[in-house]
Amino acid sequence: MKHAKTATQNACKLCNPLGACLAFRGIENCVPFLHGSQGCATYIRRYLISHYKEPIDIASSNFHEETAVFGGSHNLKIGLKNVSKQYKPEVIGIATTCLSETIGDDVPMIIREYKQEFKNGSPMPIMIHASTPSYMGSHIDGFHAAVRATVKTLAEKGAREKLINIFPNMVSPADIRYLKEILEDFKVPYMLLPDYSQTMDGGPWGEYHRIPPGGTPASAIAMAGSAIASIEFGSTLEPSKSAAGYLEEAFGVPRYHMALPIGIKESDKFFTLLETLTQQERPEKYDDERRRLIDAYADGHKYVFEQKVIIYGEEDLVVGMTAFLTEIGITPILCASGGKSGLLRKSIKELIPGMDELGIKVREGVDFVDIEDEAKLLKPDFLIGNSKGYTMSRKNNIPLIRLGFPIHDRFGGQRMHHLGYRGTQELFDRIVNTVIEQRQNASSIGYTYM
Amino acid sequence: MEQISILEGRHKQVFEKKTGGEQVEIACDTSSLSGSVSQRACVFCGSRVVLYPVADALHLVHGPIGCAAYTWDIRGAVSSGPELHRLSFSTDLQEMDVIYGGEKKLYHSLIELIEQYKPKAAFIYSTCIVGLIGDDIEAVCRKVAKETGIPVLPVHSEGFKGTKKDGYKAACHALMQLIGTGSTEDISKYSINILGEFNLAGEAWIIRKYYEKMGIEVVSTLTGDGRIDAVRRAHGASLNVVQCSGSMTWLAKEMEQKYGIPYIRVSYFGIEDMSKSLYDVAKHFPERPDIMEAAKQVVSEEVKELYPSLQKFKKALTGKKAAIYVGGAFKTFSLIKALRSIGMSVVLAGSQTGNKDDYARLKEMCDEGTVIVDDSNPVELSKFILEKEADLLIGGVKERPIAFKLGIGFCDHNHERKIPLAGFVGMYNFALEVYQSVMSPVWQFAPRKGVKK
Repeated sequence: MKHAKTATQNACKLCNPLGACLAFRGIENCVPFLHGSQGCATYIRRYLISHYKEPIDIASSNFHEETAVFGGSHNLKIGLKNVSKQYKPEVIGIATTCLSETIGDDVPMIIREYKQEFKNGSPMPIMIHASTPSYMGSHIDGFHAAVRATVKTLAEKGAREKLINIFPNMVSPADIRYLKEILEDFKVPYMLLPDYSQTMDGGPWGEYHRIPPGGTPASAIAMAGSAIASIEFGSTLEPSKSAAGYLEEAFGVPRYHMALPIGIKESDKFFTLLETLTQQERPEKYDDERRRLIDAYADGHKYVFEQKVIIYGEEDLVVGMTAFLTEIGITPILCASGGKSGLLRKSIKELIPGMDELGIKVREGVDFVDIEDEAKLLKPDFLIGNSKGYTMSRKNNIPLIRLGFPIHDRFGGQRMHHLGYRGTQELFDRIVNTVIEQRQNASSIGYTYM
Repeated sequence: MEQISILEGRHKQVFEKKTGGEQVEIACDTSSLSGSVSQRACVFCGSRVVLYPVADALHLVHGPIGCAAYTWDIRGAVSSGPELHRLSFSTDLQEMDVIYGGEKKLYHSLIELIEQYKPKAAFIYSTCIVGLIGDDIEAVCRKVAKETGIPVLPVHSEGFKGTKKDGYKAACHALMQLIGTGSTEDISKYSINILGEFNLAGEAWIIRKYYEKMGIEVVSTLTGDGRIDAVRRAHGASLNVVQCSGSMTWLAKEMEQKYGIPYIRVSYFGIEDMSKSLYDVAKHFPERPDIMEAAKQVVSEEVKELYPSLQKFKKALTGKKAAIYVGGAFKTFSLIKALRSIGMSVVLAGSQTGNKDDYARLKEMCDEGTVIVDDSNPVELSKFILEKEADLLIGGVKERPIAFKLGIGFCDHNHERKIPLAGFVGMYNFALEVYQSVMSPVWQFAPRKGVKK
């Protein structure tokens, strides 16, 4: 069968504004606002809710035909006013869409006009604008654009403080909580952005919340310019597109850039960096976590050695996972992403110089049909990635280990750890158990000890 | 607790039924207010949900990736055969396409996909920016249709060009291009089409069986478990039975005008409306009293089995209060009746797309004190759930977390349901789901009801 190549089939990516909405949810008292059609906000809400299982209000400027013809200024202003009134936000995070970008709305100018027109009204929210046209990049670009725009809007110059900025990339609420725990245990003041650990994974409500509690306060983000350092996760994230890159450029805050710390080696790098920056040793607790993880590697090594997997998802997640998988003897025979930074291969090579000898293949800008074609040829033992690989997994009878975003067909994706020793432990246990389950099911004897 | 207020500009879309209260008409059929978090989607969404279940067609979304990605395998609309509808196809327009136009990409995408998947027809959905960059979709579709020999139908569903209802209409327009192109030979005089039944969780199969037991031929279900060939011969049916009125009334009217096929509105939810939908079809064929007899037989058999099984739920649920917020208003009517039959009252009823007549009828049906809303939002829904102390919310995925956060039960009555809620068996499933959610012991820990630490 000849495969269609021009169209994208079963995309392995989402659109730019989705990432921006998620990032804006990590700011305290912030309402994400999409400048475009009603559908963008609604679809993105629905998509995020299916993973996070939290109410996610995203406002929309709700374009009509006249809006598209005469520009979105009027609608945007009414929208901002209504959101201010109904949600009383401290911050409104405005992201554009393909529609508003194509008609060429000058959003910063509209915001300036709005502030001028309504300056005598009730308290004016802070407005952040991220340019996120859906016809460029993917959701991860929107995520970083929003984080960078936030810092650009809020960060101020100040005397150097003993403060560390941390930009963890698009990780799970559980990962964010773990990172905060680490920084708190190091007893170092920090500014983590975006922090949706509570807004996207919070408790029940005794009363109605316009905006769920949690998130990085705007006042804390203002301090980012006076930090001693920024730590930024994401191998393929370039300084020109990143928040830490901006802070380095504008305020001279040094940017320490590394892969997502998954696996022992990358986690070690992260803890060593924290030790260097804080000039203190890591708390004993993390040595314990590390020891348990090494012990688990020993206990489980036979199950995983020389297993072949296909890993897919956002490029940075793929790089981080590849580093981890190779250190336990699993070969990612294909590292695939719908993203197209052009940096995926280079980033993997930096961490695993012998990648070609190991047989690691890299493909950017692919969809699930491409990945499935590869799977048929490469015959991996299992697939690792988000829920969207399920169709391919079922069809080809290859087990899928779910991680990242979105997890639409399993419970608890928002509580899943990926980072550090703790996250690696969780991933390792799941991978080993997948192999054991396979073998147990395949065995005619039905061993009760494995 | 802080008072939650309703936005100016929305007051006319919210109404509380009170004796002696002001009899205002509910405003509806308007586009959503900018900045309010509407639960509605867009024109594209309307078209996509209607055509989605056509399983042997290629559904190509012409635009940037989002619209196709968010609608990949999104509905629980099942097929008994081909499953091409469950794949997601997009022209994935990039910046250069926006500048230089996407026609070529569309053309090549279509030619390649049609070659690979051999669909019976193709639907091309235009999204927001396609309307702006001026791609001549019609011309590309004509060209590809000519070259491939299958119908290639443009669906004008640019997100901003109206509301979800306009999307329904665009989808119906595409279907109208197909209807009338197939043979109507061998179609019984005692035949119907079911419009606006999308075979979620196999519901169309359940309904079809009831009609078949009555000796009625179902020519085409639009669009549940849909096939292009069946759509093509839909004009051969004697009667159109419209289930989801919001999406398909336009099509029914068009078919009436063009082919002289009358239509009736029905609902398959709840015992009362389900039974009525069988009787109403039987009434259409008065010359065949045996059809009515058969309908009565079906109802009596089903109800005999169903009724006792509902009593357990009724006993537990009597006095509990429900809030309903769904897409179409017609469904709300059935849900109110269905809930009453298991002892529950309705304190909030609303829809995304109801029209004037719908709301007038809703006002009439509702109890004193019931709040009626059009095109509502999370803030309002939460406000009324709390004020009216609802125990259950019926809605879709976007409404679900509101219910759970506030510590009340929830029933998904939307596209993603996996258990059939239509038909007599559907009433049992509905009651069971409501019971299992409302009566769950987990709500004792909700802060409002609060088991304290």
